[in-house]
Amino acid sequence: MTDARAVASGAPTGRGLTRDLRRLTGFTLKRLIALFLTILVGVYLTILIANMGGRVDDLRMVQIRGDVSETVRADPAFHDMSSEERNELIQRRVDLEVERLRLDQPFIVRSFDYLYRAMMLDLGRAEQMHSDRGAREVYWIIVERLPATLLLFGTANFLVFFVSVFVALSLSRRYGSPMDRTMIALAPTSAAPGWFYGIFLILFFAFVIPVLPSGGMVQAPPPESSLAYAADVIRHMLLPVAAMFLSQIFISIYSWRTFFLIHSSEDYVEMARAKGLPSNLIERRYILRPTLSPIVTSFLLMLIGLWSGAIILEQVFNWPGLGTLLFQAIGHRDTPVIIGSVVIFAYLLALTVFLLDILYAILDPRIRIGPN
Amino acid sequence: MRAWLSGLLELRKYPSAIIGMAIIAFLVGLSVYTVITVPYSQALELWRGGEQWRMHPVNAGPAWVDRLRGGGKPETMVISSADSDIDVEPFEGGQRLRIPLEFDYDYTAFPSEINLFLSTPELKREPFTRLTWIAPDGDETPLGGHRIAREDRVSITQDWALERRLGHVPHVGLLARDLDDESPQVQPGRYTLVLDAIVFDEDARIDADLVLYGRVHGLAGTDHQRRDLVVALMWGTPVALAFGLLAAVGTTITTLIIAATGVWYGGWIDATIQRLTEVNMILPLLPILVMVGTLYSTSIWLMLGVVVALGIFSAGIKMYRAMLLPIRQSPYIEAACAYGAGNARIVLRYMIPRILPVLIPTFVTLIPTFVFLEASLAVLGLGDPILPTWGKVLNDAQSESALYSQYYYWVLSPAALLMLTGLGFAMLGFALDRVFNPRLRAF
Repeated sequence: MTDARAVASGAPTGRGLTRDLRRLTGFTLKRLIALFLTILVGVYLTILIANMGGRVDDLRMVQIRGDVSETVRADPAFHDMSSEERNELIQRRVDLEVERLRLDQPFIVRSFDYLYRAMMLDLGRAEQMHSDRGAREVYWIIVERLPATLLLFGTANFLVFFVSVFVALSLSRRYGSPMDRTMIALAPTSAAPGWFYGIFLILFFAFVIPVLPSGGMVQAPPPESSLAYAADVIRHMLLPVAAMFLSQIFISIYSWRTFFLIHSSEDYVEMARAKGLPSNLIERRYILRPTLSPIVTSFLLMLIGLWSGAIILEQVFNWPGLGTLLFQAIGHRDTPVIIGSVVIFAYLLALTVFLLDILYAILDPRIRIGPN
Repeated sequence: MRAWLSGLLELRKYPSAIIGMAIIAFLVGLSVYTVITVPYSQALELWRGGEQWRMHPVNAGPAWVDRLRGGGKPETMVISSADSDIDVEPFEGGQRLRIPLEFDYDYTAFPSEINLFLSTPELKREPFTRLTWIAPDGDETPLGGHRIAREDRVSITQDWALERRLGHVPHVGLLARDLDDESPQVQPGRYTLVLDAIVFDEDARIDADLVLYGRVHGLAGTDHQRRDLVVALMWGTPVALAFGLLAAVGTTITTLIIAATGVWYGGWIDATIQRLTEVNMILPLLPILVMVGTLYSTSIWLMLGVVVALGIFSAGIKMYRAMLLPIRQSPYIEAACAYGAGNARIVLRYMIPRILPVLIPTFVTLIPTFVFLEASLAVLGLGDPILPTWGKVLNDAQSESALYSQYYYWVLSPAALLMLTGLGFAMLGFALDRVFNPRLRAF
């Protein structure tokens, strides 16, 4: 209560700003540390899951033995050895390699080593796969795919978010209208995920009426000029974005509409109406402003949900992003890539949560001002 | 209790709830029917594929779709030697058999494949047979001679010599009116395939089955392994419902109990639960499922276990916590404390039931999410290795590029069932939401 009075009495703006900034930095730091710990535990859990029963170690042992025997057999210098000698040599080299990779140490010791490396984004080398430039490091394989995923999901999410908030605002103004009823009736269609609509969109727009490409990011020889390239990417993006849009838009509109309806019946809004303020001013200052932080929260929560939906949508549309990468890694049984993708997904999610916290702090004056 | 009943009665006012319940009732009915008529072990056996499907066409569409469009695509015809008059002519140390396999062909489209299945008892010397194809206009086409092993398949479609002679693939050329035509027409009428066989045994018989594979099959068509899709579509229903329901029940109940425990005890227990929830929030569910599927097993029950395990500390805890915090302070809990109720009793009998009505809609809308999750995993190729599910049908269709080959039915029928499930539960859930959430009821 005292805070409110202090704000109302009007503290000097300069001092208020530095105080806000100081509080914000403190808050950000605290959140960063908390999130760091969260990621630490999350990644460690991932490593534990991936290593459960020593399956990964077995895979690596098989791989090491295979590689070593291959090199020894292929080397002409060892051709005149007897098979016994050769086996001994192979065994020696395998032991060396095992020692080098510290596979002879107990898992609990190595798990912390893995954790350290994963946290430093040193994700190891892929077993089979390589990046388009030819690198074998999991880090580069993943980083190369990241922009495609960000482009597709960024576009689709922003579109869904802004369209749904604005449509919902206008619907909440005249609820009960035929338009409003249609939207409510359509809301259950969002039970199906984006890839599901993707299949139908591909069926109609790529095969029945072949007007759009059925998958991929650019056509087979990529266009020369950057403008034509961008246009082609947009053409390829239309269907996947439409699929995500279709699967999300009605449920978003529905929930925002309900949300705005609940908030537009608050007393202070009624009061503003009674004062005779214009309706768009009421919307902006009395409905949108106080509800901004929950809106942002739910937007970012939606992002979190969509990160995982990405995998299958990308696979259905053959979009060269993280999801397709993960899918290919499953096909190759390339464990380091799979674990690396999980770690990257964890980081992306953590980043989203972090953004959420910061935005929350900026938007919600109660956090900025602090408890005292 | 009365609040629940009146809430259910109120549902009648929502047409979407009625439709949703009808859909769910249909799906449940279908599941029960499936489980009773096609037992579990039989379904697995059927879905494994192989020899038992040899009489089925490859990638045939549903028959009813073709009939609706007024098409005359053939269904599979099996002409068995058991139904034909066999001439027997014995000689010293053996017999000469003449087996005419006659059939009327009235379809306007050609069959997709022709095979002849022959079987004889175990004999010292293998019987020999010469095949002649007689068209309705009397034209005879020799199809060559064959030695018959005990179980033999003569693939007339893959007879390249015959194909060169006819100028068309055999299953078109043998039934065409005019071979010189670029796009030949079917010659309708009575065809005969004559088997002239010599058997080096006095009373051994030859069983012959001529199969003209159709281009349409039954209710749902067949896939690339000749399996009837009806099996997968029907068995997919109980699997999807069971997975969705168990996952929804598992995650909701555990989450609820944990949230309530945290709120009731407070202190470090609550703090631990909160931190665990935050850790869980950054654990990506689908990639972890993919990882588990790749490294261990893709069994649907293991997936269910992982989903539930990761769902225990889901983001829902925060929501339930917000709902439970004011309840903790309410006087009736204090009253319960006063009469000496234990901790477990307060959590389970006093706190959780209070927020159950609010949870019912969430619970119902959660079911299709898990149904689609299972389908998603299957589409990624991590479906259960032995169970027939809708997602696996989609996965097969995708890996065989069904859309490109215009086998639309292969994608559309499992997709339609998935959509139906999603819609049914979502419609009921949304209506329940408005009945049980008083803040929404006004609107």
